[in-house]
Amino acid sequence: MQIFHRSTNTIAKVSIFGAVFFIAFFAWIFSTLLRSSYATGQGIVRNQPIPFSHVHHVAGMGIDCRYCHSSVETSSFAGMPPTETCMNCHRQIWTNADMLEPVRSSFATGVPIQWQRVHDLPDFVYFNHSVHVAKGIGCASCHGQVDRMPLLYQEASLQMEWCLSCHRDPGRFVRPKEEVFNLNWQPPADPQEAQALRAKLVKDYKIQSLTSCSTCHR
Amino acid sequence: MDILNPSKGKCGAEAAAQPEPARLDLETVRERLREKRGNELWRSLDDLAGTPEFQDFLHREFPRFASEAPEEMTKTDGVSRRRFLQLTSASLALAGLTGCTKQPNEAIIPYVKQPEYIVPGRPLFFATTLTHGGYARGVLAESHMGRPTKIEGNPDHPASLGATDVFDQAAVLTLYDPERSQSIVHNGRIGTWGAFVGEAGARLRALEALGGEGVRILTGTITSPTMAAQLQDLLARFPNARWHQWEPAGSHHGRAAAQAAFGQPLETRYDFGAARVVLALDSDVLTRGPGNVRYQRDFARTRRVRKDNLQMSRLYAVESVPTNTGTLADHRLPLPAPEVEVFALALAQALGVVSGGGAGAGDVLADARAKRWLPVIAADLKANAGAALVVADEYASPATQVLVHAINQALGNTGRTVFHTAPVEVIPANGADQVESMRQLVADMNAGRVELLLMLGGVNPLYTAPADLGFTQALQKVDLRVHHGLYEDETSEYCHWHIPAAHELESWGDARSFDGTVSLMQPLIDPLYSGRTAIEILAVLFANRADATSYEVVRDHWKTLLVGDFEAAWKKALHDGLIADIPATQLPPAGASMAGGAAQAAASAMVRSLQQVRQHPGMVTLRLRPDPMVGDGSLAPNPWLQELPKPMTKLTWDNALTVGPAMAERLKLVHEDMAEVTWNGRKVKAAVWVLPGQAEGTAELTLGYGRRRAGRATGLGFDAYPLRTTQALWNLPGAEIRPLGERYSFASTQNHHALESGAEEIPLAGNEAERRELIRTGTLEELRRHPDFIQEEREKPAPDETLYPPVEYKGHAWGMAIDLNVCTGCSSCMIACQAENNIPVVGKEQVLRGREMHWIRVDRYYSGDMDDPRIHNQPVPCMQCENAPCEVVCPVAATSHSDEGLNDMVYNRCVGTRYCSNNCPYKVRRFNFLRYSDRDTPVLALLQNPDVTVRMRGVMEKCTYCVQRIEQAKIESKVENRPIPANRLQTACQQACPTEAIVFGDINDPRWEVTKWKADPLNYGLLEELNTRPRTTYLAKISNPNPALEAEHGDH
Repeated sequence: MQIFHRSTNTIAKVSIFGAVFFIAFFAWIFSTLLRSSYATGQGIVRNQPIPFSHVHHVAGMGIDCRYCHSSVETSSFAGMPPTETCMNCHRQIWTNADMLEPVRSSFATGVPIQWQRVHDLPDFVYFNHSVHVAKGIGCASCHGQVDRMPLLYQEASLQMEWCLSCHRDPGRFVRPKEEVFNLNWQPPADPQEAQALRAKLVKDYKIQSLTSCSTCHR
Repeated sequence: MDILNPSKGKCGAEAAAQPEPARLDLETVRERLREKRGNELWRSLDDLAGTPEFQDFLHREFPRFASEAPEEMTKTDGVSRRRFLQLTSASLALAGLTGCTKQPNEAIIPYVKQPEYIVPGRPLFFATTLTHGGYARGVLAESHMGRPTKIEGNPDHPASLGATDVFDQAAVLTLYDPERSQSIVHNGRIGTWGAFVGEAGARLRALEALGGEGVRILTGTITSPTMAAQLQDLLARFPNARWHQWEPAGSHHGRAAAQAAFGQPLETRYDFGAARVVLALDSDVLTRGPGNVRYQRDFARTRRVRKDNLQMSRLYAVESVPTNTGTLADHRLPLPAPEVEVFALALAQALGVVSGGGAGAGDVLADARAKRWLPVIAADLKANAGAALVVADEYASPATQVLVHAINQALGNTGRTVFHTAPVEVIPANGADQVESMRQLVADMNAGRVELLLMLGGVNPLYTAPADLGFTQALQKVDLRVHHGLYEDETSEYCHWHIPAAHELESWGDARSFDGTVSLMQPLIDPLYSGRTAIEILAVLFANRADATSYEVVRDHWKTLLVGDFEAAWKKALHDGLIADIPATQLPPAGASMAGGAAQAAASAMVRSLQQVRQHPGMVTLRLRPDPMVGDGSLAPNPWLQELPKPMTKLTWDNALTVGPAMAERLKLVHEDMAEVTWNGRKVKAAVWVLPGQAEGTAELTLGYGRRRAGRATGLGFDAYPLRTTQALWNLPGAEIRPLGERYSFASTQNHHALESGAEEIPLAGNEAERRELIRTGTLEELRRHPDFIQEEREKPAPDETLYPPVEYKGHAWGMAIDLNVCTGCSSCMIACQAENNIPVVGKEQVLRGREMHWIRVDRYYSGDMDDPRIHNQPVPCMQCENAPCEVVCPVAATSHSDEGLNDMVYNRCVGTRYCSNNCPYKVRRFNFLRYSDRDTPVLALLQNPDVTVRMRGVMEKCTYCVQRIEQAKIESKVENRPIPANRLQTACQQACPTEAIVFGDINDPRWEVTKWKADPLNYGLLEELNTRPRTTYLAKISNPNPALEAEHGDH
C-alpha cells in the first residue's frame, strides 16, 4: 500500500535541494547585514552639539591633529580637546557666533560638552593610538581624509576583518613617521618605489604582524 | 544577581534540595591515613576519608548539580535543568539574535579645563597611606582619570617595600561600597552637618566653663601625629575631658608586657633579615600585625635557596593552632595553648634567664616531644646568639612576652634582631591600657558623668567591647552620643548622631607605621558619600575652626615641623608618601633594659598558673583571635575579604570553631556540626571545623563575625565577642564545648579544583604506575649533597612526544616561577588579582557549588599525620601550557595560543561550552555560570580596571598573566623605541607578594629573574608528565631541619 503520494518524492528532492539555497540565502542576508553601515556605523554622520568642521579647522586653518587630540602619541586614547582648547581661539574670534554658544556656555558653567562618539570600538577591543602612530600608521589610514569632512563620519568599517587586513600585512599602509599627521600624503606613484619604501619602513620601524588574540582582546 | 548581597543566598533551601552529605568519621580517616605512604599529600579530611563529595571535586570539573539551572528556577517550582531547557528552547533562536544588536551610541565627554598630568587612557599613581588597627602602610593608589582602582605597595615605604597585604588590596572595594553610610543620621532621620555642629557645639560651649567635664572621646589606636596634636590641644582647652581608646584587636598584652619588662610602654619590632634562627611561639608574626609585610619580605630573603646560595635560616614553630608562619617552619611542634607558654618558661630556664634551669630545665614540660626538642632548640639559639630571634605574638600572655623579651636580651638579640623603641601609638594621659580605659569610661557613663560621647574613626564598642563591661546599658545614660564611621553599625543604632566617615582614600591625614615612619595620607577622590574625617570633626568642634578642612589641619601641623623650605619638603613628602628627612620619624631603638626581676616575676606567675593547668587535665583553652580576613569585624562588609579563603581552613563567608582531630574525637565534636562553647557561664554557639595540626586541648574561634548590623555581613558566621571579657581577651582557659548535633553548611574551597596528587595511583598504558608529585620537597642537606635531586625526580616528556609541530618563540616568551620555599599562603596574590582583573565575587551559595572565580588560588596541602602534619602552600594560576589541553578542544577557537606563548582567552568568542575547563588538568579555568559582575550599581563601575574586559554570563575566564600589563609594557617600549627593561614588568600577584615568591618575565631573555629561577635545579612543573609544558613552574620547598631533630620527622 502506498502511504505517500508520488509527488512526495519530488517535494522531498526539491526541499532538500532548496534547503541549501535557503540556508545560503540566509547566510548571505546575515553577512550583508553585518557589514552594512547600519551595523557598522560606517559613513553615518552623528548629530553633534556643535557642527564642528574638520574641513575648516584642518584644511582651512591648517591646525595640526595633535593640537586637539593631544594624547595621540602617548596614550591609547587620542584625546578630545577640553573646552578650554576651543576657547583658546574662540575667545578672540567668532566670539558672538550662535553656533559656538554651547562652547561658551560650557566654559562659563563648567559643564562639559557631550560629543557623540564617531569611532566606537566594542568594549572588549583595546586599540592603542600611540603605538600605531609610533609605527608610522597615518591618521588618514583609518580615519580617512578628515580634512575633507565638513561633518565627521566613520570612514572604515572598524570590523575585525578590517583590522586584520592590515595586521596580517602591516606594510600596506605604513608611511614615514614625519608624514603620519599629513592627511594628504600619498605613497610614491611608482609601484616599485612604493613597495621599496614600504619594505624599508617595515624594517626600520621593526613592524611586526601581530595577530594574537591578546594583541587587542584582554 | 546582586553580587554584593550574597548573604541573600539560599543555603538553607540548597541543603534541603541535595542529599545531606555524610558526617565525617575521624576513625575512618585515621584508618585510611595509616595506609598512606610517608609524604603523600592530602588536601583535607574529606580527601583522606575519600568521601563522595571529595571524589566529585577530584574527578569532575565542577561538583554535581553545579551546572543545574539557576537556583531561582529550581527552587520556586521545581523546574529541572531539562525542563528549563525545554521551556526556553523555543525562544533560544530569538535569544541568539541578541548577539546581533547594534552597539549603543556613546558620548565622549572631555574636560572643560583639563587637569595637569592627566592623560586620558593612562593611570596616575599617588603615594598615600592606609592604616590597619591604627598602623600605617605606605601604598601607591592607581588612579584612572580620578578614580582609584587598585592599590600597590609603596616601594619606598619601610612597612611595604612594594608589597601589600590583603587588607590594602581590599581597600578600594570598601571605598566604593554602596552600603557605606551616605548621610548624616540624627535619631534615625537624615540630618545635616550644620545641625550637628550646632547641637554638639552648643553642648561643648556649655561644658567648656566646667573644663570640659563630661566630654569623652573614644577612638581606636591612633598613630597620627596630627591627631595627637589635636587631642593634646583639645585636652589643654578642656582639661576635664577624657580621651579613651579601644582597639579590639590591638596589642593589649604587648603593652602590659612592655610595662612589666621595661617599666614603660615600648614598641617591639624585629629584623628578620638579621636572624639565622627563629623560634615562633604560637605566633603568626609573618602574616599578622602591623609589620607583617616587611617581616615576610625580610624573612623570605633569608630563605631563598638557589644553586649559588645554599644558605638558609631555620624556623621553629611551637604552636597550638596552625599558622601561616608554621607552614614555613622547618620544625613545627603542636602543643596546647597553655603548654606553649610553658615552653617559653622552660626555654627561659634552659637558657638560664630565670632560675629553675640547669639539668632540670624542661621538667615543667608535660609533652615528651617538647622535652626532647627543648635542649636542641635552646642549643641552636645559643649557638646563634645575636642572630637568633624568639617571637611570641601580641596575643600571648604578658608573662610569656616578658620571658621572650628576657630570652632575646640574654641571647644578645636585642639591638640586633629585636628592637624596642618608643611607642608608635599616641598614648593618652590616662594610660596606655585600653581595657582599663574602657572600664573607666563605662564606670563614668554609669555614674552619669558623661554628657557627650564622641566615638570617632569607626569604633564599634557595642559589638567589640568586652562583654562584662555592659557597655550597651552604660551608653544609654549618656546625654549626647555621636558615632562617626564608614558604616552604620551596632553602635550607631544607639547614637543620636551618626556622621559618615571619609574613607582613607578620600582623606587627608597622616599615620605612623610599625617602625615609626610617618607617611602622609592624601585623597584620591572627593568623598563619594559626603564623609568627614575625624581630624575635621575635632577641628570643627574643639578648635573652633568652623570651615577647617583636614588638608589645612594636616598641612598646618607639618608646617612647623618640616625643616627647610616647607613647600618643597611638603611636596616631596606627598610625592614619596613618607616623611623621611626630618628627625624622629623613624623611631630609633630606645636602648631600654629590662627591669630587674621582671623575668623572674613573670616566671613565678607562670609557674603558679601552670599548677592550675596541670590540675585540670583535659582542660580546653579557647583562643579568640582576629579573623585573618575580616580582622576585628570592621572589615566584615567587604565581599572580597569575605570570599577570600582563609589560609588554614579555606573557609569563605564564615568563621568556625576550629578544633584538632584528637580533641574532636575526645569531645565527640563532628566536623561541620554545631557546638556550644561555654566559658564562665557565657555561651556561644558555633559550628565546628576539624583542623589538622591543631593541638589537643585548644579550640579557636575568630572575632569579627556574627555582626548584628553590618549590611550584607549581618548574621554571617558566629559572634565570639560575647565570650570576651576584661579577664581574658585572647586565651580562655577552661572553656567547655558541647556538641549540639545540628548540621551547618560551610563554604570551604579546600576541596575545590583538586588535582590528582601523589595520593592516587594512576594506571598508565603498560601497567605503569606513576605518582604525581604536586609539591616537591627536600632538605638543605640533600640539596648540598646532591644538587640535582629534584631534576632527577622529574619526569619530563621529550619535546617530540606530541603530534603537534614544535613552536619556536622568537620574541618574548612569557613565563612565571613560584618559589614554594617562601610562600606563606597569605593570599595577597589572590585579592590583588581580583582587583586587577575585575574578578567578581559570587556569594556563599555559589562557592558551595564550587563556582568561586579567583584566577589564582592558593592550594594548601598536608602530608603526614593529621594531628601533626606538614603544611604546604601552593599558589596556582594558569600554567599557560605550551601544549595546552584547553585549546585543542574549543570548538570556536576562543582560547588559542599567542606568539609569545600566552594561552589567550577571548571572551567575545566564547560560547560557553566549558570543554576547555573540562580538559584542564590544573582546573584553573573559571566559568561565569551567572552574571556575577554587578553592572546595575553605578558606583561599582568606577572600581573596574578599564584595561580589562568585564565578563558576561556564560563566558569562560582564567589567569592571563595580566596580559593588559604585558601589552602596555610592550606598547610603551615600542613607542619609546627601546626594549622592555628586565624585571620591570610585574603581574598583579607578583607585585603584591610580600615574600617575592612569584616572578614573571621573558624566559627568552637571561636578564630576567624568572629565567634564572627556571634554570635552578629546584625548578619543576606541575603535572609536567602530562606533557603540557607549563610556562608556570615551581621551585621545590626546601627545609633546613636541625640534624639533632631530624629523627623526629622521619619521613618528612
